[in-house]
Amino acid sequence: MTPLFEFLLRQGDNALVLGHRTSEWCGVAPALEEDIALANTALDLIGQTQLWLGYAAEVEGAGRSANDLAYLRDVYDFRNVLMLEVPNADFGRTLMRQFLFDAFQVPWLTALQGSDDQQVADIAAKSLKEAQYHLDRSSETVIMLGDGTDESHARMKAALDYLFPYAGEMFADDAIDTAIRESGVAPLPSTVRTQWNETLRRVMNEAYLTIPDTTFNHSGGRTGFRHTEYLGHMLATMQTLQRSYPGATW
Amino acid sequence: MSREWPLWEVFIRGQHGMSHRHVGSLHAADAEHAIKNARDVYTRRNEGVSIWVVEAQDIAASSPSEKGPLYEPAKDKVYRHPTFYDIPDEVGKM
Repeated sequence: MTPLFEFLLRQGDNALVLGHRTSEWCGVAPALEEDIALANTALDLIGQTQLWLGYAAEVEGAGRSANDLAYLRDVYDFRNVLMLEVPNADFGRTLMRQFLFDAFQVPWLTALQGSDDQQVADIAAKSLKEAQYHLDRSSETVIMLGDGTDESHARMKAALDYLFPYAGEMFADDAIDTAIRESGVAPLPSTVRTQWNETLRRVMNEAYLTIPDTTFNHSGGRTGFRHTEYLGHMLATMQTLQRSYPGATW
Repeated sequence: MSREWPLWEVFIRGQHGMSHRHVGSLHAADAEHAIKNARDVYTRRNEGVSIWVVEAQDIAASSPSEKGPLYEPAKDKVYRHPTFYDIPDEVGKM
């Protein structure tokens, strides 16, 4: 696998896995308005997936399509960060995760707009507008729930404590990132950490939440070394139609 | 205190519309939240370029039972309608 293919899978799989997780709220969100908003977010992410994985398939040149990559790969082929595959649990954790990811995506996609690879720059520019709205909405909701009732505050605190050790993986540079930087496609992910920290500090402050004092990071998702047990269950649901009826179309 | 979010009325100005039109209502915690919800609920198909929200309880409304006294008197006063004039094209929409 070339570094560019690997890089594109990382972008596409992040969008795909979070998009699917978000879509799990469809029809069961705590309020009709939130249900529609979450479905919109999920659709934005699946749309971004089509662009990233479509380009990945083209770069791979093995005759696979974006759909093949999404529906016919198994757990060990996925390159998303672990934070995005853990279960939604409650609405609080879902929105906290969305915020932690959005706060990364906005500076990251902003940087990718300057990519030497025109397709990467174009996909980033299109996705950025959606990510900015997602960040607006998720940060507002995190603040509202953190600064809400005792119950909502406790849930948001639990969500942050649970997810924070997963967040560092987004910035964990490896050899592929170095190769990608050298080819001018993207900067190192670690370069957007300062901006992420700044957004995190501002929003947690307004939400009356304390950033956990730990430097431990779960890892293995974006390298494909080790996923959580949850991804297999998620893929079983997500891929069941293509697995049961190969090539089915509508 | 009620645990339900208050009700907001939503007004959207469309791509070519001259004024905001009432499109429906929704629940939200505050005005900012109501605008975001309105964006997600009412502009998914590119309907609007501007959103207004107002809390439903802040709207003063006329009572349907006063229909007679309020509107009947205007019914037989046809001379109030400016239907006997030709409006020049240059004036545009009125």
